[in-house]
Amino acid sequence: MKRSLILWIPLVGYLIFLGIASLGLNRDQQTTIQSRMIGKPVPGIELPAASSSNPALSTKEMADGKPRLLNVFASWCVPCAAEAPVLAQLAREGVRIDGVAIRDARADVDAFLARHGDPFQRIGLDARSTLQFYLGSSGVPETFVVDGKGVIRYQHIGAIGPQDVDTILAKLREAEI
Amino acid sequence: MRRALPFLLLAVALAAPIHAQTALPPAPYADRQLDDPALEAKATALMHTIRCLTCQSQSIADSNASMASDMRSEIRERIARGEDPEAIRAWLIERYGDWISYKPTAEPILWPLWGAPVLLLGVGGALAFRRIRKHRKGSA
Repeated sequence: MKRSLILWIPLVGYLIFLGIASLGLNRDQQTTIQSRMIGKPVPGIELPAASSSNPALSTKEMADGKPRLLNVFASWCVPCAAEAPVLAQLAREGVRIDGVAIRDARADVDAFLARHGDPFQRIGLDARSTLQFYLGSSGVPETFVVDGKGVIRYQHIGAIGPQDVDTILAKLREAEI
Repeated sequence: MRRALPFLLLAVALAAPIHAQTALPPAPYADRQLDDPALEAKATALMHTIRCLTCQSQSIADSNASMASDMRSEIRERIARGEDPEAIRAWLIERYGDWISYKPTAEPILWPLWGAPVLLLGVGGALAFRRIRKHRKGSA
């Protein structure tokens, strides 16, 4: 009796494996990768100006006493155009926003700003995603809340919608303390 | 030739949207190997174990996503500057977490992975040992 029970063990093991594997197959494969840089200072990188209208961006100058948003975007990115009105609204409310244009060209950024508005103070051109890697950012658009000491306090992944404005403003207020 | 010209122009016009994903040509070392074969081997080995952020089931060595291209170039340039591949891996993990690396770590969640071969060998060995001893007793 005992012997025949032992013989079933491999089959049971196989069925357990099969169950886990089929569960894994049905799970959503794309996961959101949160940056591990939250709570750490913004890496200091100097980027050239991405547009004709905004000054260049050096992330070494982020620790100027007041919180701000660091928006990672690109002129070729469709959701970035979708979040532009929300960024414009935030800028009207007095939020300081710096931009990082990923893998972009000046003419394209100029056209993007002319079409969707320019809520940015400074815009740096990150031609090879360097700052993006330093930030632990995994795509566009993404927005970081940076406090007055230049420390990253919050990361918003994806386009900022009207429903996210309250959260962003709350995180900015938190960053002031 | 003159007849072909409109088609040529049309082809060029239609080709443009293919590049629309990003506005720039790929980074210098995205698809170019390092001149030193030993350094290139190091870089390639690392790139095969770094997960692409855009196409998450692929390594950056296999992916055509522009972020993967930039990361390949970044890795090759760092290796060319003399950085250690494991230091680059640690740098990436510091930013993106263990998720970005395909190389198993010694974290507690992976202990079963490391323990399983030892356990199976032990169980198998014990079973074989008992079998052999029984067999010898039977034949003696």
